[in-house]
Amino acid sequence: MKFSALRVVKEALTGHKGWKPLWRNPQPQPDYDIVIVGGGGHGLATAYYLAKTFGKARIAVLEKGWIGSGNVGRNTTIVRSNYLLPGNQPFYEFSMKLWEGLEQELNFNAMVSQRGIINLFHTDAQRDAFRRRGNAMHLSGADAVLLDRDALRQKVPFLNYDNARFPIKGGLWQPRAGTARHDGVAWGYARGADMLGVDIIQNCEVTGFRINAGRVRGVETTRGYIGAAKVGVAVAGSSSRVMAMAGQRLPIESHVLQAFVSEGLKPVIPGVITFGAGHFYISQSDKGGLVFGGDIDGYNSYAQRGNLPVVEDVAQGGMALMPMIGRARLLRSWGGLVDMSMDGSPIIDRTAIDGLYLNGGWCYGGFKATPASGFAFAHLLATDRPHETATAYRLDRFATGHVIDERGAGAQPNLH
Amino acid sequence: MLIPHPLLGLRDAEEFVYLGDASLMQRPDPDSPTALTDFCDYVFLRDNPAGVHRELWFHEQGDRSWLVVTRNTLTHEILGAELATDAARPTVTQEPSA
Repeated sequence: MKFSALRVVKEALTGHKGWKPLWRNPQPQPDYDIVIVGGGGHGLATAYYLAKTFGKARIAVLEKGWIGSGNVGRNTTIVRSNYLLPGNQPFYEFSMKLWEGLEQELNFNAMVSQRGIINLFHTDAQRDAFRRRGNAMHLSGADAVLLDRDALRQKVPFLNYDNARFPIKGGLWQPRAGTARHDGVAWGYARGADMLGVDIIQNCEVTGFRINAGRVRGVETTRGYIGAAKVGVAVAGSSSRVMAMAGQRLPIESHVLQAFVSEGLKPVIPGVITFGAGHFYISQSDKGGLVFGGDIDGYNSYAQRGNLPVVEDVAQGGMALMPMIGRARLLRSWGGLVDMSMDGSPIIDRTAIDGLYLNGGWCYGGFKATPASGFAFAHLLATDRPHETATAYRLDRFATGHVIDERGAGAQPNLH
Repeated sequence: MLIPHPLLGLRDAEEFVYLGDASLMQRPDPDSPTALTDFCDYVFLRDNPAGVHRELWFHEQGDRSWLVVTRNTLTHEILGAELATDAARPTVTQEPSA
């Protein structure tokens, strides 16, 4: 469905009775060229770029629930490209560039707002590490500014600079980073893919794979068998569950990550602020709610809800950083499932089964990657070669030693 | 979550540090001809089940014992806990009495 100013006026005069759903609700066909499992941001973006950029047809996206019901509707909407390692940073900068053109690309308001992100540092050693990170960001074409304490105080005067445990010495600022409306991203990609002929099939859970002579032939679903020449799995949070149906064990644990939103307030926080030392980060939505979160709960979970100790930890982090939010009332909190990989970095690769491809392991940072993840996965599905920014995201990197461990924490998923 | 410590009774999970799947106690044989791939799988691959999961928790803020906790990852319900030393002990198969 398309929008125009004329249409808005016409609908306003006729009681808004002419609006149609943004995408069709098709019956599944008996077979497709490419089936994407998972109708989240990554799956929808993959389908969109397959059809738009790589000219593929006969594509279906299978979604267990409804579009936007999983992690694309549960994240804290931050987009940024402030990584360090060469396997990661060019990919995330590619994603940042796609974010910058996303609304024009989709002709849909995803509310991309480049309000900047600031990572705080508290020691000389951390400052040096952030300076190095900033240089790595520059090398990939991204932007980064190292702010000292005075410059930071100009921007965000409301922080507690003299916290006894973590006095704030400055921050690494990426002005082009920001936030996007997460639901709008899912809807925009879904609408774009649908207009290009992709079948988005909701309430269709994959219950098994049909594999013959080492090659995938299709998927069993709650709505019957669907044949497919290629199957791309993009179900981060549940990757292990889905890939187990194809007999694959993954270097992934599923964990729960909580997020929080306060009541709506007048604008007080200009961008995104991260306080890694205190396990806390925050931004303010366009509606005025403070959107914040912290660490994962730290144990395997498929529950889509966390426990109170982390709620307390996040609240303490917020109070340590900016005591001014202490009177704000919490409106909602929720949890989402994340694929915690063994090195903290994602996987976009072929699998041991011909025609079966995996996109997962996004840890707690998949939302910012949505456009590039979709583009790179579409590239892989269409050409059987990895996209140039995603060559490091191999499934076999753990065996070959080419891990991408930003945190340097080793094979301990709850530490990444 | 409250973990039923076999020696100390119900303890808050906050006193513990989580390591992961209890199968980590079964280290592969380093002399096996497939030791390289066995160790790679041991270090990096996980079953990661949705449902009942046996997992290692370390009572760091308590008696510093390792426990094997059985927990449902879909509901966070804790189904039992035993000392890891007991769990690691080889099971004695008893002859059926005549």
